[in-house]
Order: sequence, then C-alpha cells, then structure tokens
Amino acid sequence: MWAVEINELTKDYRLGFWSKKHKRALDHLSLTVEPGEVFGLLGPNGAGKTTLMKLLLRLTFPTAGSASILGRPLGDVRARARLGYLPENPYFYDHLTAAEFLNYAGWLCGLDAVERRQRSHELLERVGLSGSAGVPMRRFSKGMVQRLGIAQALVNDPDVVLLDEPMSGLDPLGRRQVRDLVLDLRRNGKTIFFSTHILPDAEALCDRVAVLNGGRLQDLGNLQEILRSSVQSIELVLHDPPPQALAALAGFNPTVTRNGDRVRLELSANADADAVLKAALGAGARVVSLNPVKLFSLEDYFLSRVQESAPRSTEEKVSSTEAGLG
Amino acid sequence: MSIEVVRPAPRTLAAVALLAALAASIDIHIGLDREAETERALSPVVYVTSGATLRRLSFGYQGLLADFYWTRAVQYFGRQKLSRGGDFRNLGQILLVTTELDPHLLIAYRFGAIFLAEKPPAGAGQPEEALALIRRGIAANPTYWRLWQDLGFIYYWDLKDYARAAAAFEEGSRRPGADLWMKTLAASVAAQGGELATSRLLWSDVYSHAGNASIRRSAAEHLAAIKAAEDIAQLDLRLDEFRRREGRPATSLADLVHSGMLPGQPSDPSGVRYGVGRNGKAVLGAGSHIDLRLAH
Amino acid sequence: MNRIAAIAVHTFKESVRERVLYTLVVFAMLMIGAGLILGSVSVGINEIALVNLGLSAISIFGLLIAVFIGISLVWKEVERRTLYNVLSKPVARAEFILGKYFGLVLTLAVNTAVMTAGFYLVLWCEKGRLTAADLAPLEAIYFILLELMLVVGVALLFSTMSSPALSAVFTLSLYVIGNLLSDLRGFGEQSGSAALRGLLRAVSLVLPDFGAFSDIAPAAHGELVAGWQVLSHSLYAVLYTAILLSATILIFERRDLR
Repeated sequence: MWAVEINELTKDYRLGFWSKKHKRALDHLSLTVEPGEVFGLLGPNGAGKTTLMKLLLRLTFPTAGSASILGRPLGDVRARARLGYLPENPYFYDHLTAAEFLNYAGWLCGLDAVERRQRSHELLERVGLSGSAGVPMRRFSKGMVQRLGIAQALVNDPDVVLLDEPMSGLDPLGRRQVRDLVLDLRRNGKTIFFSTHILPDAEALCDRVAVLNGGRLQDLGNLQEILRSSVQSIELVLHDPPPQALAALAGFNPTVTRNGDRVRLELSANADADAVLKAALGAGARVVSLNPVKLFSLEDYFLSRVQESAPRSTEEKVSSTEAGLG
Repeated sequence: MSIEVVRPAPRTLAAVALLAALAASIDIHIGLDREAETERALSPVVYVTSGATLRRLSFGYQGLLADFYWTRAVQYFGRQKLSRGGDFRNLGQILLVTTELDPHLLIAYRFGAIFLAEKPPAGAGQPEEALALIRRGIAANPTYWRLWQDLGFIYYWDLKDYARAAAAFEEGSRRPGADLWMKTLAASVAAQGGELATSRLLWSDVYSHAGNASIRRSAAEHLAAIKAAEDIAQLDLRLDEFRRREGRPATSLADLVHSGMLPGQPSDPSGVRYGVGRNGKAVLGAGSHIDLRLAH
Repeated sequence: MNRIAAIAVHTFKESVRERVLYTLVVFAMLMIGAGLILGSVSVGINEIALVNLGLSAISIFGLLIAVFIGISLVWKEVERRTLYNVLSKPVARAEFILGKYFGLVLTLAVNTAVMTAGFYLVLWCEKGRLTAADLAPLEAIYFILLELMLVVGVALLFSTMSSPALSAVFTLSLYVIGNLLSDLRGFGEQSGSAALRGLLRAVSLVLPDFGAFSDIAPAAHGELVAGWQVLSHSLYAVLYTAILLSATILIFERRDLR
C-alpha cells in the first residue's frame, strides 16, 4: 500500500465569478509516495505545490482525478486521522497559549484529556518550546510559530506528515532542528511529504523528489541518482602533507594546487573515495576535507529544468537567492 | 553672552488654542440651544403623527418608545402650563401616539381624561377628544375599571351629562376589582348629579389614587374649590339666618361671630378669611388662591 | 460529538477574550443603569420605563453582539487560515459549523445572563425588594435569547458565503425584514394582483419571523405569555435554526477554501 497515491489529479480555478475562463493549477498529476520515505515536492512559486497539499487535505476539491492516503480515498474523514499537516505561513490563534492550542488540536484528533496533556508536554519539549507553554501566541516570533506548527502536526502521532514549506521563517538553528526532527521521524517509520523551494534542505533530507512546474509534474526521481550524475570531480584537501602522501596519491591522477600549507587535490569523479582516503591516511597525511564537486548543484539542475520548460503563465522564476540561500 | 527669549512650547500653545476653541463652541452651543428651545415651544412636538407607523418601525421596542412619548407628554404639558396662556393643542396628539405605541399605558389615558377635558387655562378644553381617548383605553384594557370611572368623570364634570355619567360608573362598578363605592357613586350621580357633595366624592377618589403629581395637584385644587364653595354655601345660610334675626344684613363675618352664630372667623383652604360681599353673600377674601370656577 | 464540543468550547473561549464584546456589555449595562434615571423622570411609570429600557438594552446589545461575533469569528478563521488547522484534522465540515454555532450560542447565553443579572440589580435598586411578579421580564429575556439564536444562525450562514461587511449588511437587512413580515403580507393583501398577494404571503411565511419574539412591552406591564405560546415559539426557533444550519453545512461542504 502506498502512503500517498495520486492519480491524474487535476484542479481548475475559475478566473472570476462571472468568467468562463479557467486557470489550471494542477494538470493530471500522478505520483506515489512509499511508506517510510521522505518525499520532496519542489517547484517555483505558483507551481501547484500548495494546491496539491490542499487537495490532499480536502480543503479544496479536485476537478478530475483521485488520490488516497494510506489506502483511504480523500473523501473519507478517517484518511485524516493518521495524517499531520503544517500549512505554509501558519497563523494560529492569537488568544490562546501554546499549551491551550495543542490541547485544542489534540481534542480535535480525539485524544482524551490525559493523553492531550501528555502529548502537549512531549511535543513542546521536542520542538523546544516547553518554556513558552503559557505564552499567548500573539507574542510568538515567526520561528516559534513554525515550531508550534510542527508540534500540532504531530499531535496525533500521524503516519504521514505533510509539511508545506516547513523551513520558512526559521533561522539556521531552527532549520537544523527541523531537519533533525524530520530525520528522527523517518527513523520512526513515518512518511514525510514536504514541499519547499529551498533546495539545500531538500538535498539534505529527501529520498525522492518531484519537480512541479506550472501545475505539471516535470521530473520524478531518486535524489541521489540525480545528484550523482551531476558530480564532476572529487576534491581532497590535505594539511601540510609529507611527500610520500602525494606519491601515494599520484596513482589517482590528481590535479594539485598548493595554498600555503593546504594542498588541494582534484580527482576524477569515478575515483573510489574510500581508496583515496585510505591511501592518504596510510601515508601519514592529515586530511582536512573530502568533498564531491558537482557540475551542477541541485539548484543548477533545478533552474535548468525549470527554464527549459518555459512556464506558460508569467509566474516569477525562482531567483537564486530565494532558492539557494536563506 | 546671549539673551534667551523664552517661548512657550508649540504644544502648549496648541493646547491653549484648543481649550479656547472648546469654550467658544460651548458658548455658541448654549445660544443654539436657546434658539431651539423657543423653536421647540412653538412647533408641534410630534413629528411622526401616525402612532401605528411608529409602532411598526419600532421592532419590538414600542414599549420603550411609548415611555419616551409619555415623558414628552408630561414635559409638554408642564411647559405649556408654565407659559401662562399656553395652549395644549398638541396634547391630544401626543397622547394618541403614546397609547398607540403602548395601549396598556394606563396613566396616559388617565392623564388625558383629566387634562384634555379640563377647561383652559388648566387644560385643553377638548372633552370630546378626552372621551375618544378613554374609549380607546377601555377597548384595549376592558377589565380595568378605573377607565370607566374616568369616562364617567368626563361626562359628569366637563359635559354635565349626569345620565351618561351614572351609566359609566355603573358599568365600571361591574368590572373586577372595582371599589364598592362605585355603585354608590352611580346612584348618587343619577340622583344628585351636580351636587357639591358628589363632586367632592369624585375628586377625593381622584386625589387619593392620582398616578402622578400633576393629577394630584389638579385634584387638590378642585377639592379646595369645592370645599370653599361648600363653605360659602354654609356661610350664606348663616348670613340669611342673621338677616332674619337682626333685621339687617351682616357687614362682615365678625358680626356673625359676635352674635354667636360662628365660633370664629373661618378661612378658606388657602388660609384666607372669608368675607361678605356687597350683595350680602359670602365671598372669598381678597388674596385668596382659590378659583371657585373649579368647583363646578 | 466530542469534536463539536471541542470547537464549541474553543469558540466560546475565543469570543470571551474578544475585547469588543466587553465594550458592548459595558454599554448595555450603562443603558440598563440609565433606567434608574428614566424611571425617575418618567412621571408615574418608573418601573414600566425601567423594565422597558433594561429589556430593550439586552435586546439591542444582544443583537449587536450576535451579529458581531457571528460574523467576525468565522471570518477570522477563514481569513487567517486557522480553518486549515481544524479541517486538516479528522473533523467533518459539518462538525465545524455545528461546533461554531453552539460556541456562539453559549457566548450569547452567558452575555445575556450577565446583562440579566445587571438588570435585576437595577430593578432591585429601584424597588427595594423583588417579588414573584418581577419574573415576567425573564420570559421576555427568554424570547430575546430565542431571537438571538436565530440571528446568529443567519449571521453564520452569510459569513460562510461572503465578506464580513456584506454578511453584516445581509444579516441586519434580514432582521429588519423579519420584523416587518406582517406588513409585507398586508401590502400583498391590499394590492390588486392575486399573484403578488400569493407571492408576498409565501415570502412572509418562509422568511424568519423575528417580530414574533417581541415580548418587552407586555413584560414591562407584568403580563405573562401563555404557556403554549412559549412552547410554539421555542419550537419555531429550533426548527428554523435547524434549517439555517443545514443550509450552512450544505454550502460549506462544497466550498473550495482559498
């Protein structure tokens, strides 16, 4: 059974109340998500990522096609019982405290009073908000709101977690925490389906990615495969290596550059990284770093694919600042 | 060395200017109010003349509106009364709207019964309107016996129609909770309509059950006048007696006291001594506040 | 059921923390308190005027509160997308509507109770002591509450369909028309056209009859409403509210949320 199965899902929006014209937000999308995997949904703004999420949650209704979550079709309320959702730019209730809000979320999921209290406590701890349990949400910073959002998404210990731009608004520490959380969830067998336009995050977390553009599925595949095919070379940096180390590595045909007592060796992409490392260490060299140098980063890959297909509506293209940094 | 010129801060200036403007506006406002006051006294108080329409537009709040109109009626009456020679032309209209808004506002009917029928300057001098008002009150509140009493009162006092008055009192006496003396009243009116004693009975009852100060005051004035009229009638009897005994008319009441026909010099209810007029009949003393016309 | 309770309690808590609510209640109390002044000025009808003013205050401010919270609370959820949180949980859309409704009614009931307490306090100040005869206003307050239940139902219906400004306009317009239904029927009867008469009669029977719940003037005179009338009015209110809620649910269930 797939965790999420999407079949020819299509969504049209009417352009105006009286107009007959439609805007196609999602065009015959089909994909499956395996249980236990971390699946990334990538795409520029307006590609249809949020639309897909809303369709899966039954917040909007499809024009055509179908989907199911853990085997249950979308119309089934129980489909959402094993589901957790973090919306994009979440806004929660000003007048509630964090604890009250989690209590409400738990109540809606059918937890009894004891369970609710326990889960709230656990989750606040997990997202690092236990000190702010009694603080009204109107005083929360964006990062705190985001973390609370993740907490409420997990209140019913869901099997499938949908995250819409989970890193948005977080500082580097926060993003690290979310990353760790996602990995932790994966370790516990949960399925994560998250959408983002921040590529390094996807790179660090996803097993598979789908690229959405203009409502259509452009690419779907295993992340490592996509990345490996784009590796150009391997870079080894040594600190003041003794001559025998360089001799030992000569067999790999490196291009050597010196920078003070730093020696950088560029090796072919096909080189066996393990062997290289063994040789260097065996010759008594101090290894500073060993990195793949990519011809493309995922960003370059992404930009090229997106540009290639020339989106039909004048959506803004993802700028490199938006996509890469933050 | 520089000489510092002390300037009041701009904010202080602004505050002072603001206060001055407020004072000026209040002054003008007082003037406007004064104009409006005279305007209001001259123009009719009621702008919406149809009580039925008003009732329809009041969305369930007609009781409250009726209370406001009743307050207006009392104020209008009070104001008109103060400005001697004021006219009560609009009183009927205001009371009509009031009772259309709240047909159970009994005090409005009772007030109208007295002051619409009462002759000027004490009232509007419109007994027919008063009758119409009371009849509407009876239609809306059929078991309230006092409205019958008021109806009878108008017939008796203002229209001098003793037969109808007696009929009204009789009808009222049959209503639940009616005072027992209503029956007696019906009888005495039928038999002795116009007698001061009957009138005193009626006005006494009005006085003791007056719904508000105006009614009570009016009743007191009538009762005082009736008392004075009764006193004068008694005094006339003694004066006639004196003339028969002494062979000459008394020049003052002191004569009656000397001849032992009176224990002392009597005063009217306003505290002024009675006197003897030129025709030898008892009269009110000079400076008396009693208006004998109110006795009839 | 449990989830409806969750949403109802949450809605109640949210409205109770709403500052505008307190302002309105304070103004209502001021108006009720003003009854003491009106009573002393209104010669001969102190108590009648006081009861009229107090009950009118409860009615007017109850109406304002009903419209305000009925519209703003739902709008806020839609506008700020907190609605997504609720509906992404295993909560049916119908449960959301019902929960919201009952939460709003609970808020109204509590507000009305507070204003009623203030009213009886003022009445006690005026009269010095209260007797059984002073229970007549409670009936009027019950009728006001029934009316407000209907108003909140109308406000909820409109606020799931349109913007808050429009919803307020529609709700208040429907309230005004609902008070003039007998006149509407009257116009029809006076007109020559049988078709118009039939149409207006049908319309006057279908629209909610808010005018039927006005009991303030009789209560001010201490008159009680007949028992069967209390029953019939309650039944009408419950039935009509059920209709409104059903319509709201039907519309809301198929609505795309932006």
